[in-house]
Amino acid sequence: MKQDAPAHGLAVASYGLAGYWRCLSGIVWREALRFIHQRARFLAALVRPLVWLFIFAAGFRSVLGVSIIPPYETYVLYEAYIAPGLVAMIQLFNGMQSSLSMVYDRETGNMRALLMSPFPRWFLLASKLIGGVAVSLLQVYAFLAIAWFWEIQPPIYGYIAVLPALILSGFMLGSLGLLLSSAFKQLENFAGVMNFIIFPMFFASSALYPLWRMRESSVLLHQICLYNPFTHATELIRFALYGQVNWTSLAVVAGCTVLFFGLAVLAYNPSRGVLARRANA
Amino acid sequence: MNQHSPAAALTVSSVSHSYGDRKALDGVSLTVERGSFCGLLGLNGAGKSTLFSLITRLFDTAAGAIEVLGFDMRKSPGEALRRIGVVFQNRTVDPDLTVAQNMAYHAALHGISSRDGRRLAEEALARVNLADKARIRVRELSGGQVRRAEIARALIHRPQLLLLDEPTVGLDIGSRRDIAAQVRELVRRDGLGVLWATHLLEEVETGDEAVILHQGRVLASGQVGEIVAAQGAGSLTEAFTRLTSERPAAEARP
Repeated sequence: MKQDAPAHGLAVASYGLAGYWRCLSGIVWREALRFIHQRARFLAALVRPLVWLFIFAAGFRSVLGVSIIPPYETYVLYEAYIAPGLVAMIQLFNGMQSSLSMVYDRETGNMRALLMSPFPRWFLLASKLIGGVAVSLLQVYAFLAIAWFWEIQPPIYGYIAVLPALILSGFMLGSLGLLLSSAFKQLENFAGVMNFIIFPMFFASSALYPLWRMRESSVLLHQICLYNPFTHATELIRFALYGQVNWTSLAVVAGCTVLFFGLAVLAYNPSRGVLARRANA
Repeated sequence: MNQHSPAAALTVSSVSHSYGDRKALDGVSLTVERGSFCGLLGLNGAGKSTLFSLITRLFDTAAGAIEVLGFDMRKSPGEALRRIGVVFQNRTVDPDLTVAQNMAYHAALHGISSRDGRRLAEEALARVNLADKARIRVRELSGGQVRRAEIARALIHRPQLLLLDEPTVGLDIGSRRDIAAQVRELVRRDGLGVLWATHLLEEVETGDEAVILHQGRVLASGQVGEIVAAQGAGSLTEAFTRLTSERPAAEARP
């Protein structure tokens, strides 16, 4: 296309590998900038798990005894037990929030502008997800740093070992949010669904109590918890924090990530997706 | 696809689209030549937004074809999209970020390096007289300045086709005039093809091209003067009223 090179930006715009990289880093950079500008959001993201840790856990530690179950080798405090669950909760909220911002972006024109990029749509959605995961990592490590002073002190290598687990679980929860975001036209609808998704997912999981305790109360609930992908995100993080791999959870989280992301790409697909069926989207 | 003889900036051929059983567009065809200003005129609900969604590939055309500078939107969407700049009806610049940060983000969406992006941003902002506002947060700009920032954003990758969806909504008369003048300057100086959707008939001039869209159909297209003459009308408003009242609303849906 030499003929029109001087007339417009094709001379400098790159759609090769370098272009992909620039596009990805541009999207991640914007997500991070937005996050930094929204201090209230950062504070909320940090305060939420800390309230659970400082107040809820303190109240319940005498009620709920935790027996020795893997990956723990000794009795652990209740606080130490729920910390990985709270980390997963940070990511759950963040995943839902970034999809909330997708709906917000759609109501403004941001989403339209993003999808006008000549790069493939799956790549644009993936970049958006990576941006969300990066923001969730900031939140998680800030939480873990504060929790250290609350005597939640996994081995030092655990902080590094947990990183790949966090990236994967962040992807899974972000993809879920992305998928959900395609289904809602307006923020109002979405806010309600947050309550129907976040709370059931969080409570019907191993985040707050070991699953064997759940089985004592209800076999059915125990089954539900077992099939809840959030349980596996929590367990993946819990094991990784102690330098171990929970292979079942790894498989479930990886499988769910592929499934959720695939469905989200399909939902945003220009020919088959939901956008075309919606009047005046 | 025809890359040797200069293809039109935009060619829409027999495009139809339905939402469920409601037909939003019915066999719409239109052409925007390079270096021409084309007004897409229609009342609210005429199908302008749907047509914009199709041209910007929010979703694909079920029937008909859209070509941008000779590139088919369905066969080579990347090639087509990189030649389009769009000013959407809704805001796309982020109010919490500065004008320059917004521009950098949109340059990245086109794979432009940050150094080239800075240069192109300066160039695009200068074209809409916003060069001195680069370091200011969008939140602090006036309504007219935000619109101009949107235009600069749409121009950053130097597109050859510029689409504007009701770009003057909510602006005072002075800002409206400024924006129209700046876009016309782009047509004249840089040879951009412009499709300007509006329901404000006074935004097009006698020498412009125009397409009148009503209930998903093109009722008339061509030079504004010719459309007016063909209807034996004294003004575009009169011609528009005559054309659109011939088709009663009852026909649209029960």
